[in-house]
Amino acid sequence: MAHTSYEESIKLVYKGMWLLAAVTLVEVALSLFGKGYLGFDPHGMTAILAIVGIGLIVLSLYKAYYIVYNFMHMGHEVKGLRMTVLLPMLLLVWAIFAFFNEGNAWKKRRVDVKFKNAIELNEITGKPEAPQIKVMD
Amino acid sequence: MATDTAHKEAHDTHSDEADWSGGVPVFKASYGKLMMWYFLLSDAFTFAGFLIAYGTLRFSSETWPVPDFVFQTAPFNNLGLGHGTGLPLIFVTFMSFLLIISSVTMVRAVQEGHRENKNAVVFWMFLTIIGGAGFLGCQAWEWTNLIGTEHMSLTTNPFGTYTEGGTYMNADGSVSGSETFKAGESYLIHMTHVGGDAHDDHGDHELTGEQKFLHDANAMIESQVSKGGVSMANLPGEGINFKGFILDGDGFIHRKYKTNGGELGFQEFGPKAFGALFFFITGFHGFHVLSGVVFLIIIMLNVASGIYVKRKNGYEMVEKIGLYWHFVDLVWVFVFLVFYLL
Repeated sequence: MAHTSYEESIKLVYKGMWLLAAVTLVEVALSLFGKGYLGFDPHGMTAILAIVGIGLIVLSLYKAYYIVYNFMHMGHEVKGLRMTVLLPMLLLVWAIFAFFNEGNAWKKRRVDVKFKNAIELNEITGKPEAPQIKVMD
Repeated sequence: MATDTAHKEAHDTHSDEADWSGGVPVFKASYGKLMMWYFLLSDAFTFAGFLIAYGTLRFSSETWPVPDFVFQTAPFNNLGLGHGTGLPLIFVTFMSFLLIISSVTMVRAVQEGHRENKNAVVFWMFLTIIGGAGFLGCQAWEWTNLIGTEHMSLTTNPFGTYTEGGTYMNADGSVSGSETFKAGESYLIHMTHVGGDAHDDHGDHELTGEQKFLHDANAMIESQVSKGGVSMANLPGEGINFKGFILDGDGFIHRKYKTNGGELGFQEFGPKAFGALFFFITGFHGFHVLSGVVFLIIIMLNVASGIYVKRKNGYEMVEKIGLYWHFVDLVWVFVFLVFYLL
């Protein structure tokens, strides 16, 4: 089957293990950096946060590629099998794009509704309602 | 090695092309293996649907609980560092390593299967099962902590995020100015322990910040209960207004604060969808891990019984369940990414 020897293929597996562990640690470090835990806090800096986000996604996709190609031996399978399994996943690229856009649109509508409600309330009563609540000591 | 080359030439197993000539497996994979791949493809779409729904709902919410705030506890009393010491993401990273290592042991089992080493296959599969069961145990701890201690559920999300900075009020309504928060920080709405199970008082040592607030708030609630002004069994739906906090109908303590813009506010529940999505998606994944462990046990017992020794396809069943197990690991990579890292 494979042209690697028994000892070589065992070594490859452990190399894969260390590789995946290392990538996971880098991902966690990157995520914590993005949230400001590693000294520098990039809060609000969209450029840096975008790089962190893209970096996390790329690293996870790399892990996925490594697991599918090496652990699941997709790399050794016939090209046709590879294609019939992997090509449909490209549909998800569209799905992610479309649905995240949708979610963003919902958020904009929510903000609009809130804003318009506040305006309406102001027009009817002249000022926003102050709730009357009894206070306990 | 010479026989190996001859063997290779005869079968040409390195040809990357499908064979449509008829009477042979087209993709050179057995029916069972091929169908396992297609099942995994369909399952991947199911998980993708859930994760994309998560992303959509998250993007549609004005605020979302910050993951490293929600997931900062670990078992053994935060690894011996006591309550309140945040170890963001450490436990969940450990869970990731467990699955990665169990994937590695699975690959070893498949390799030993190719060499028809029955005992070695059993050994490596056993280690895989331990890894999987360990992951399930960790997930169970995580759920118990979130549901039992922090009172998160499918419909209640006590983790919220501030949209602007401000200063907390103490339990008696005074503002000392020392407890502040920034926009984008997450908070946890605690439940009062009055009327519940016995609570271990943390002793006489100086309490500061949130711990002090909770101690004072619980004391105020306790005194109202003994005066008869509040009944824990009959809390009104709209809540009871105290000077520094609001006690709602379920016993949650919503802390009051003053924003930097001068407005008064109180802690509100975070987006409801968070709880539902978290438990459903990690539950669905956990269900896959559980069924994977069950199948691994069955096939390991089959291997031990020697049933695959005489089969024409040898230990291919180990390969097939290996594919499923790697898929479970793969899904976790993305659940981990989406829920905890991003």
